Amino acid sequence: MTDAPVQEARPAGRVLPVTDLSLVVLIGASGSGKSTFARRHFRPTEVISSDFCRGLVSDDENDQSATKDAFDVLHYIAGKRLAAGRRTVVDATNVQQEARGQLVRLAREHDVLPVAIVLDVPESVCAERNAARADRADMPRRVVQRHTRELKRSLRHLEREGFRKVHVLRGVEEVENATLVTEKRFNDLTHLAGPFDIVGDIHGCSIELESLLAKLGYTDGVHPEGRTAVFVGDLVDRGPDSPGVLRRVMSMVESGNALCVPGNHENKFGRYLRGRQVQHTHGLAETVAQMEGESEEFKERVGRFIDGLVSHYVLDEGRLVVCHAGLPEKYHGRTSGRVRSHALYGETTGETDEFGLPVRYPWAEDYRGRAAVVYGHTPVPTATWLNNTICLDTGVVFGGKLTALRYPERELVEVPAERVWYEPVKPLVNEAPGGHQGRPLDLDDVRGRRIVETRHAGRISVREENAAAALEVISRFAVDPRLLPYLPPTMAPTATSGADGYLEHPAEAFAQYAAAGVGRVVCEEKHMGSRAVALVCRDAAAARERFGVDGPTGSLYTRTGRPFFDDGQVTEEVLGRLRSAIDGAGLWAELDTDWLLLDGELLPWSLKAAGLLRNQYAAVGAASGAVFPGALAALEAAGARGVDVSGLLARQRERAADAGAFTDAYRRYCWSTEGLEGVRFAPFQLLAGRGRSLAGVPHDEQLAWLDRLVEADGSGLLRRTGRLLVDTADPASVAAGVDWWLDLTGRGGEGMVVKPLGATVRDAEGRLVQPGVKCRGREYLRIIYGPEYTRPDNLERLRQRHLGHKRSLALREYALGLEALDRLAEGEPLWRVHEAVFAVLSLESEPVDPRL
Amino acid sequence: MFLTITATGTPGSPATDLGFLLHKHPDKAQPFSTSYGTAHVVYPEATEERCTAALLLEVDPVALVRRGRGKGRGGAPDSALAQYVNDRPYAASSLLAVALSTVFSTAMKGQCAARPELPGRALPLRVEIPSLPARGGPELVTGLFEPLGWTAVVRPVPLDVTFPEWGDSRYVSLVLESDRLTVAEALRHLYVLLPVLDGAKHYWVSPDEVDKLLRAGEGWLSDHPQQRLITNRYLARRWSLTRQAEERLETERQELLRLAQADDTEVEEIDNAVPAEAEPEAGADTGPDSDAAAMEVGATEAAAEEAAAGERPVPLARQRREAILAALRERRAARVLDLGCGEGHLVRELLKDTRYDEVVGVDVSVRALAIASRRLRLERMGERQASRVRLLQGSLVYTDSRLKGYDAAVLSEVIEHLDLPRLPALEYSVFGSARPRTVVVTTPNVEYNVRWESLPAGHVRHGDHRFEWSREEFRAWADSVAARFGYDVEYRPVGPDDPEVGPPTQLALFTLCADTGSERHAGPARARSGHATREEASA
Repeated sequence: MTDAPVQEARPAGRVLPVTDLSLVVLIGASGSGKSTFARRHFRPTEVISSDFCRGLVSDDENDQSATKDAFDVLHYIAGKRLAAGRRTVVDATNVQQEARGQLVRLAREHDVLPVAIVLDVPESVCAERNAARADRADMPRRVVQRHTRELKRSLRHLEREGFRKVHVLRGVEEVENATLVTEKRFNDLTHLAGPFDIVGDIHGCSIELESLLAKLGYTDGVHPEGRTAVFVGDLVDRGPDSPGVLRRVMSMVESGNALCVPGNHENKFGRYLRGRQVQHTHGLAETVAQMEGESEEFKERVGRFIDGLVSHYVLDEGRLVVCHAGLPEKYHGRTSGRVRSHALYGETTGETDEFGLPVRYPWAEDYRGRAAVVYGHTPVPTATWLNNTICLDTGVVFGGKLTALRYPERELVEVPAERVWYEPVKPLVNEAPGGHQGRPLDLDDVRGRRIVETRHAGRISVREENAAAALEVISRFAVDPRLLPYLPPTMAPTATSGADGYLEHPAEAFAQYAAAGVGRVVCEEKHMGSRAVALVCRDAAAARERFGVDGPTGSLYTRTGRPFFDDGQVTEEVLGRLRSAIDGAGLWAELDTDWLLLDGELLPWSLKAAGLLRNQYAAVGAASGAVFPGALAALEAAGARGVDVSGLLARQRERAADAGAFTDAYRRYCWSTEGLEGVRFAPFQLLAGRGRSLAGVPHDEQLAWLDRLVEADGSGLLRRTGRLLVDTADPASVAAGVDWWLDLTGRGGEGMVVKPLGATVRDAEGRLVQPGVKCRGREYLRIIYGPEYTRPDNLERLRQRHLGHKRSLALREYALGLEALDRLAEGEPLWRVHEAVFAVLSLESEPVDPRL
Repeated sequence: MFLTITATGTPGSPATDLGFLLHKHPDKAQPFSTSYGTAHVVYPEATEERCTAALLLEVDPVALVRRGRGKGRGGAPDSALAQYVNDRPYAASSLLAVALSTVFSTAMKGQCAARPELPGRALPLRVEIPSLPARGGPELVTGLFEPLGWTAVVRPVPLDVTFPEWGDSRYVSLVLESDRLTVAEALRHLYVLLPVLDGAKHYWVSPDEVDKLLRAGEGWLSDHPQQRLITNRYLARRWSLTRQAEERLETERQELLRLAQADDTEVEEIDNAVPAEAEPEAGADTGPDSDAAAMEVGATEAAAEEAAAGERPVPLARQRREAILAALRERRAARVLDLGCGEGHLVRELLKDTRYDEVVGVDVSVRALAIASRRLRLERMGERQASRVRLLQGSLVYTDSRLKGYDAAVLSEVIEHLDLPRLPALEYSVFGSARPRTVVVTTPNVEYNVRWESLPAGHVRHGDHRFEWSREEFRAWADSVAARFGYDVEYRPVGPDDPEVGPPTQLALFTLCADTGSERHAGPARARSGHATREEASA
């Protein structure tokens, strides 16, 4: 083990095994050498001494009046370490039963083994050592005497106090010469990476077991590719051939081809075999009868096998946990009676249902662990993932099926029951109706300051106030989180242009990518409408199956997650049109998916921004339109009278022209719609489909898909995105790009977005490159910077804009968006997807110049 | 940013006297620098018969935005000025009033050294303001000027002639005529009434603003039928909050403002958890549903009381709180959650009664909580008192372990603020996860809406209501929730129970079956019939 301390060569002494995750309690009188012993055998951070804690709270390691506070601190630190799964050594005299009792309780609270190491050193030695220490020189002899007395009294009942290992070292020499070895816990098989085939509850159904093993590729219990079978328990009872199942499983385990954890039925059967009084209910009678014909030797072998089963296993570097009844994360790899009982029986609420069966606590709904938990115990019609846990008990003995999970492939392999072997007490139902993600998310998954781990940009933090704003918007306005698997990131504009009359110009965009080493970029026409994300499922069944919603076939939402249309029928109408286009383009089959997530722009702008248009844009147009005719006439009249108003009049004429240009600018993005008549959707990226994030697909491939969609659209909903490929190293190509933009914006277009052709691209230093920069048209920018922004003195001042924060924000949001898509594609639990989506929205509320 | 004043005259009393009165020479174009840009006075005509002075204010839009920028992290406390796309450079706003008082200060005082007899004389005057923001609509413009002796011709300006369906803008083109007023009076009317009609607050009300108003309003304001409205609006929000509090509130909404911008929506559209500060004349100009809304939100009790005067002497919001308190008392609840507590009206009531040991107000709006905290004076509350109350930001569409184990939860006028598809999440988080013994839910009874005279047919009572239910709809919902989560439910009317359409508010009182049920999570899958529970609980 890596945490074994460096051992010096010393004469052979006793070898003391100490479990890697345990609470080690040193017991010995003052002066018995505990601190020295601890230093020699443990890492400094593993050891907490009462003297040190006394010092922490009172500035004096020997201040006995501080003892109570010191132990509070000691227990607190020890608790934190144990909760984090770190072995902890308590260096205190611990000669009193009460003090040890507290530590045993602490160990149990954290489900780790308490281990006692007693340093039984003669009183005279202790006294001598204390006398030699300046800080203990005046310690009365009677203190050590009392310690020694109490120690002797304690020795007899340490096991009874709850210590699972007790090592007593007698005399100075034994203490000096002892060696410690770190033992792994039985449940720690993290070094085994599989691949595994995890098999659900069998209940004596040997025919189905043999069929399943054959289907999985095993021949006589051995897999040609060296896969390992893992049985989740409940091998016996109810079914027709429990001995046959035991025989098969035991031989596979003994030959190293399988692992097995015990189920509650093995546990009870084991007690029966040991001669305990047990009720022959719940199918035990069948097993007992079937065992009649078996030899005593076989019965003994079964007894030994069951006794030796370990309640749960942690596998594959901690990424996989297998147990019978499911296990919350805090119990993974822990060792206590509580953990065993949890692993075997699960947690119940104390209630019973209408069938008289205990109501199980839905622990999987609360599960947020990173390890996949595979278990059985509760029969369900179909095995489905919930928060990275899956129950494989598909009730084969009740006429359901026997299910195995291939890991790490995460594929389910099933064989149907040959017949109903045992009548179920209640019908098989899924624990979570309304789909595997049927319940609301928990606030703790989004609230407060958070750090989100992303694959593309590492850890991204979200401030509390930003999360608070996102919570308000998501809670009050957004669509159901199940239908909100992504939010689009913000995008930075191109660097500010110095060109006469321009604030933004493509030259900077091309230069920026050239500098980042990106040769090929695509210029995509920017549609001026409202950003819209569409989740389209092939049908309602696909939406139910994948997203757990009953009714809607997808969603259509804005960049803050609000539904685009208040009326769900209208949304369905849009989704229906998109669906036909996807049908027509043959993309379901090509991308092997029954749902697609699209990013695009919904037009016209006036559809969603009506309030803003009325109160701001059109209002300014109206105010300026009303004022200038009168103002200009007045100045002209004054001029005609000979008053010198030439400068003033010229300026007002320019301002009137600017105001007119502004009105023209916003008008281009407005038109009347009637229902969906006049509504357009311009998709510019397919984001994800089943099992795959498409965000990294190069844009030329993307656009080819999208062109096919537009072509297949018979409804007139879809709009093509104009594009031009540019080579940033080729001046002619760059000039063509500039001309293309001038032409586009000259015809009233909003502008364009320049993207690296390769979509997700890194620069020479390995940093993510901006996934796109926008380059907005000169006229369009009047809507952003005001009607008169093009006047030279205004432009000069407006050029003082700072892009740094916006760029950083764009990259962080981009990484979070990619993360959401990856998590979605990999079938991660909803809370994990939502975490990333929520973070995008939170970052959107960071302070940044809104005009960028 | 532009207006003209025209005088007509006769040879005996030439119109060009206007030049003396205004202290501006008709043959010159004169620039004056003001705080928001350069003002110019020119005379398009100046004859004995007609003399017109034009005031034009050139506003610098870029400087305006930079001025509006606030302190602190990205703060922009005045959203009205934070936009480059802004009507200030064009409309005759309060900026023009400031320019007016700067440029014509002597004239406003009614002084004329050269011709001391002139200022006291009424003239035939005509004032034209082609682009005037008119908060309150054309009627209010007329209502403000006509009592002062003007004849007002108010013509609404369409928002955009190419989109007639958008209707009229908030601007009007105004022509005022009178021969009974002096120039000084005319200027003082404009100086006060331009800001009154202007919706945006471009500057903070300063301490001497009251004096300025008294001076400019001398002789006409006290008898004006709209005197209260004029005073309140002129002094802006001085009465409701101190400037500091105001700034703090603005800072609190910055995050939401940015999210609104991201969505191309107005901040009011999403930051509407807290009703806009009640103005005494509420109802005059905040839209047709305002007094029903005022009744609903309960934040504007005074206004609601006024609106309901006679017919409903006790405001509905108070009746609702009394009904809720009665239900909580009956259920002997001591630890109470107010879910969706808003500005904390109910929390305050609960704290007054010592039978409530612990009161937790939960709201998703940080702004609402900030206001609640200030209203409850949480910071200044004694330790013992403070230990009884907590305000938490929370959301009812997420489960929240902090909310488990309470005696009672109140959802007063909350469910209707949630989109229907999100309601199951609330049901689960409240009845399935938090699982208090008692739940009180109130919501409007849509049938009663026909009894609100001010509420147009088919309108909901509050802009944010996603639905309003009939009694039957509400009961169907509550019955199904109760059955699924193991609660009993009974219904009570709140407010006058109309024989035909029922009460204005409906209340459902849920009680956890057998009241011994587990505090644990019991979701729909484990929903049980109410009767089986007693035996199970002891199992």
